[in-house]
Amino acid sequence: MTPSRSAFAAILAKDLRSELRTLQSLPAMALFSVTTFVIFRFGLDRTSLSGSLAAGVLWATLLFAAVLGINRLFVAEREEGGFDAIRLAPIDRSILFGAKVVALVIYLLALELVAVPIFAIFFLDDAAGLLPLAAVLLLTDLGLAATGTLISSMAVNSRARDLLVPLVLLPLVVPLMIAATGATEPLLSLGGPAYDRFGTWLMVLGLYDLIFGLIGYAVFDFLLED
Amino acid sequence: MYGKGLKPLSIATVAMLALSLSLVFFYAPLDADQGFIQKIFYIHVPLAIVALIGFIAGGVFAILHLRSDDRKWDAYSYVAIHISVIFGVAVLITGAIWAKASWGHWWVWDEPTLVSFLIVFLLYATYYPFRYAIEDRDRQARYASVFAVTAGAFVPLNFMAVRMAESLVHPRTFATAEGGMPGEMMLTVLCMLVAIGLLWTTLVKFELTAKSASGQVKRLRRALDAPVSGGSSRIAPEVG
Repeated sequence: MTPSRSAFAAILAKDLRSELRTLQSLPAMALFSVTTFVIFRFGLDRTSLSGSLAAGVLWATLLFAAVLGINRLFVAEREEGGFDAIRLAPIDRSILFGAKVVALVIYLLALELVAVPIFAIFFLDDAAGLLPLAAVLLLTDLGLAATGTLISSMAVNSRARDLLVPLVLLPLVVPLMIAATGATEPLLSLGGPAYDRFGTWLMVLGLYDLIFGLIGYAVFDFLLED
Repeated sequence: MYGKGLKPLSIATVAMLALSLSLVFFYAPLDADQGFIQKIFYIHVPLAIVALIGFIAGGVFAILHLRSDDRKWDAYSYVAIHISVIFGVAVLITGAIWAKASWGHWWVWDEPTLVSFLIVFLLYATYYPFRYAIEDRDRQARYASVFAVTAGAFVPLNFMAVRMAESLVHPRTFATAEGGMPGEMMLTVLCMLVAIGLLWTTLVKFELTAKSASGQVKRLRRALDAPVSGGSSRIAPEVG
């Protein structure tokens, strides 16, 4: 294994292991999403959702749950001196970015593994749309993780940590949410899944992932300098 | 040194604005179905274009700052975004007036250009709280530049996504097929675009000059051991 590959694997394994042991983010994210579904049930006063309403409820909930995890992504690095250790280590700093993005994608997938079935049980009459939804979820998670990691690494070094992530991240992911809800809406429509413009939206999602992945990779170096 | 050329630039801006405004009111034909209120278009559209270009310019300056580590470029980036945000407020207000006059509503949601401009504006509005939340000066400059680069790339992507999501009602200003405009109108818009672009450049130059002057005063005061007054400059970047 090349040094950068083993560094990547080490950082990722460290993150996953510490999350498994402390369970700091994931249970909170899952609980938050379930509670939000309950609030939506009473706020909208509907017991079953379809189409754009279903897509909106699902994505608003997942986005805000993701913000919880993104907020905490670099807290350990800052509090336990992990940033200094990475700076000292003879590795490319962008590896930290890559490892954190992958860790965040794994968190988000784990969150969706819990939240989406519960969403289906609560609100959907027909679960046939869930299978193609997996592709939308994966692509959106990648984009969310790329921007989220970038913003989180900046916010954690500021005075207004928990405030900055939602403040800056939400406008930044608006295009991502437009594409995600655009792709999800026909999948959850009343008469079973439809696929109008599905491929186009997936392409927008992929483009967003690519652009923000590259930007994050390119600028992350500057965020670790001291 | 930032003040150099400020006077001719200001005069050129005023002259160009006067010329363009007289073109707007005396030369451009009255729109057939919108009437006089359509004149606001000559201010609204160039303001929007200049604000968006200004945001992207802020991103380009930020790249220069990250590459050269020269604080001057951070100040350029800050000022470019600052003036563009102010222009953005004007765009949203003039756009709302125009929308009320021609569509009957202050705000229309299925309008890609409006919505995407609002999103871009909201993103850049977070530049200030983001920047001021970071205390260390060097880190603040670096992080602000990273933000400016990211947001600069976000601008075109956002326009694409919003346009795809919405119907197409907004007049395409420079559409060549039907919906294009007569030559007199085109000429007026282009003149106005140049005038607003000059206005933007002048304002940017003014702010940079002011910043560099206050930075100089502060350094001189420090050299004289006099108390440095005014805590407000702590926030904004300085230029040498």
